[in-house]
Amino acid sequence: MATIDEYGKYETAWCPGCGNFGILNALKQALVSCGLLPHQVLLVSGIGQAAKTPHYLNANVFNGLHGRSLPAAQGAKLANPELTVIAQSGDGCMYGEGGNHFLAALRRNLDLTILVHDNRVYGLTKGQASPTSEQGFVTKAQPHGAASEPFNPVAVAVTMGASFVARGYAGFLDHLADLMAQAVKHRGTALVDIMQPCVSFNKINTYKWYKEHCYQLTEDYGPTDRDQALRTALEFGERIPLGVIWKTEKPLFEDRFPVLKQGPLFKQELNKEALRKVMTGYM
Amino acid sequence: MPQDVNIVIGGEAGQGLVTIGQLLSKVLVRAGYEILVTQGYQSRIRGGHNTFAVRVSTERRLAPRGSIDILVALNRETIDLHREQLTEKGRIITDSGFASDAADTIGAPFTDLGPERLWNTVAFGLLGNILGLPPDMLFQAVEGMIGKKHPETLPENKEILDKSYQWATAHVPQDLFTMSGGQDQGDRLMLNGNDAIALGALAGGVRFCSFYPMTPSTSIALNLITHADVMGVVVEQTEDEIAAVNMAIGASFAGAPSMVVTSGGGFALMVEGISLAGMTETPLLVVVGQRPGPATGLPTRTEQGDLEFVLHAGHGEFPRAVYAPATLESCYRLTQTALQTSERYQTPVFLLTDQFLADSYRAIPPFDVEKISPVRTGTDQHLGPQRYKRYTVTESGISPRLLPGVPDHLVVADSDEHYEDGHITEDLEVRVAMVDKRLRKLQGLQGEVLPPGYDGEGSVDLLLVCWGSTLGPVKEAVAVLRQQGRNSACLHFEQVWPLIPAQFLDFLASAKKVVCVEGNATAQFAGLIRRETGFAVSAHVLRYDGLPFTARYILDRLPI
Ligand SMILES: Cc1ncc(C[n+]2csc(CCOP(=O)(O)OP(=O)(O)O)c2C)c(N)n1
Ligand code: SF4
Repeated sequence: MATIDEYGKYETAWCPGCGNFGILNALKQALVSCGLLPHQVLLVSGIGQAAKTPHYLNANVFNGLHGRSLPAAQGAKLANPELTVIAQSGDGCMYGEGGNHFLAALRRNLDLTILVHDNRVYGLTKGQASPTSEQGFVTKAQPHGAASEPFNPVAVAVTMGASFVARGYAGFLDHLADLMAQAVKHRGTALVDIMQPCVSFNKINTYKWYKEHCYQLTEDYGPTDRDQALRTALEFGERIPLGVIWKTEKPLFEDRFPVLKQGPLFKQELNKEALRKVMTGYM
Repeated sequence: MPQDVNIVIGGEAGQGLVTIGQLLSKVLVRAGYEILVTQGYQSRIRGGHNTFAVRVSTERRLAPRGSIDILVALNRETIDLHREQLTEKGRIITDSGFASDAADTIGAPFTDLGPERLWNTVAFGLLGNILGLPPDMLFQAVEGMIGKKHPETLPENKEILDKSYQWATAHVPQDLFTMSGGQDQGDRLMLNGNDAIALGALAGGVRFCSFYPMTPSTSIALNLITHADVMGVVVEQTEDEIAAVNMAIGASFAGAPSMVVTSGGGFALMVEGISLAGMTETPLLVVVGQRPGPATGLPTRTEQGDLEFVLHAGHGEFPRAVYAPATLESCYRLTQTALQTSERYQTPVFLLTDQFLADSYRAIPPFDVEKISPVRTGTDQHLGPQRYKRYTVTESGISPRLLPGVPDHLVVADSDEHYEDGHITEDLEVRVAMVDKRLRKLQGLQGEVLPPGYDGEGSVDLLLVCWGSTLGPVKEAVAVLRQQGRNSACLHFEQVWPLIPAQFLDFLASAKKVVCVEGNATAQFAGLIRRETGFAVSAHVLRYDGLPFTARYILDRLPI
């Protein structure tokens, strides 16, 4: 049985009070509750403060490029479908630099989890607006306030019919851990967009602000009703709903490859007889 | 004298010229001749001027020829565009409607011989006759191509074929280009460069390929897709090239020998990923099929203009190897070598080809499947009880590579500078140790460089230096020079990085004159040689009009 201790404790490079701490703890808790051992888990991240998270717990890690966690995560999953693959990064990384990959990953629907530490600002590069920053959000790079309207990842994912879409909050640890566990167990690409306070660069969306705005969806909310899910997903302002907003069952992308039914690619030997036949086809 | 006939079929896309060319190629191969097929097409699906050229010979030919013996013109434009290329004996075969009464033109009554939709059969019958190919072989080829899909059309096709053949017997001089001396060579593979690369990739153990379509490389991926299920390969067309390279790196990290295939513009998008493979020490085969740039350039033509780009692509410093195949055989062989090198040195390795090599066909003896040694990853997964460190500093710079997902160890890879265990660090001493470790792999790579091929004896008056697909035309040019009594030689590089001066400097230094022949405007390879050896070649023959080199093109421009 896995325990929290097995996932280790590490010093981090985060600011004291950062929302990332809550997310890290929730992640460990979720992995334990899923009964996963560290060697079964592959965390794939991009670049940013959030993307450092995989360095702070025991697991296999591929910390790739800014914006590119999803392609690398999908490649790894396709090479070894037995791995539990979690792509993890900030909102800038996933929705900005990696926006095209985000859409494509939702469309493919591999069995993997996407955790987005959504602090609505670029942390690592010191406070520029991100795709999810509020319109008017003032930064050194946007002195007149962010001009573009914010991206609503949850609404986009529901609209696209992604297979699992949830929103959590770094300040509600148990609730978040439960959402992460559901996402990991879900067969399909599961998005958890996580509201994350950045104490250094986002003075608008603070712990206090989130406490005032976030509410948890109750038991009687049915995440399989598409119309309701769309309405809920579009609700983002005065009140921000947390919980599993939409889920459905869809065919897995990897199931379309007969070869993957035989397990990880590295375990399979080359079939010379088949190759000989392939060559004969060119005669 | 070996026989050597160059047939060019020209017309609009959609007129069936490819069908004629393919039928003809099949018959010529079956009759035991050597062929080289090149296609010139514009970047559009219908219309435009397109050509299908078959050079047939009793000897192996690796280069196209500029001059034409038989020009099959399916439209008037073809005649206008190519008449000047006709050899002295050369003939134009065309519909009498387009024909002038020039002596070099054979105006056949295409309309009487068959309906327009079957003019390809008419042209095939005429051609078969002029080349002296037996009629039953011609029909067998037609049967082979359409018999399965449209058996009901066979009788009509046969009738038209016979009629056209007989018309030619009656109206065309029978000794113009009659082929003889074909050798029975058993069943041969009919491949183009991209087919050979795909077969090489399969034989080399590739398990994963991601790509975004781009001429001239797409058909490598299409080949792999065709065989994916039986060969156990996962191929994915991604949302863009950035995804393609990062996905392949992820797959390789998790244990699948992986490749991407692309061309200049797509490769430009992959460049950050190349650096990631270098930093994370993830094996990756990158096939770059060159076409003329900058930007979109001439999408369907050829060039060797991306050598410097591929040599330097990726920020930061990390080792790499670059192979540049010349022939189908070397496409197949070097793809396997590249996969092995990449796996052994855990770094990106490149195969640099071009549109000419990618798209030109020859018939070659089947490859020996028994001889292959495909890459396997993760065969030794147990290091014992110590904590696994993905980037253990070693003398060779190569760290033992375990795969994620196996009990008892964790694998941590990072694009940030990292400790031996793979975790992020900004410790500057570790930084230096890691840079040194990664670059030490270059020494091993240098020890395995394939020496350039030298074709010549002793010191020569004229040495032609080339790389990649330019070998064929250069060899042919050298043969002509030798016939003219000029003491000349060819030095060809099939690995263009790293370069080991000791392997070739003597050849350069001992030749009276050294000319570098390459398909770009700035003499990139000559520049590389100079940078690495200090040796300056005496002259260049460069080509960058989008067309492949021919022996004649080179001979006409040699500073003699
Ligand atoms: C290609 C590329 N462009 C830019 C950067 C610089 N960069 C690093 S992290 C980052 C944004 C970080 O914001 P986010 O992804 O939201 O993560 P956070 O730090 O807020 O957790 C940027 C722009 C980079 N590393 N790579
Ligand atoms: S900058 Fe913001 S997101 Fe980054 S560690 Fe500090 S508080 Fe957290």
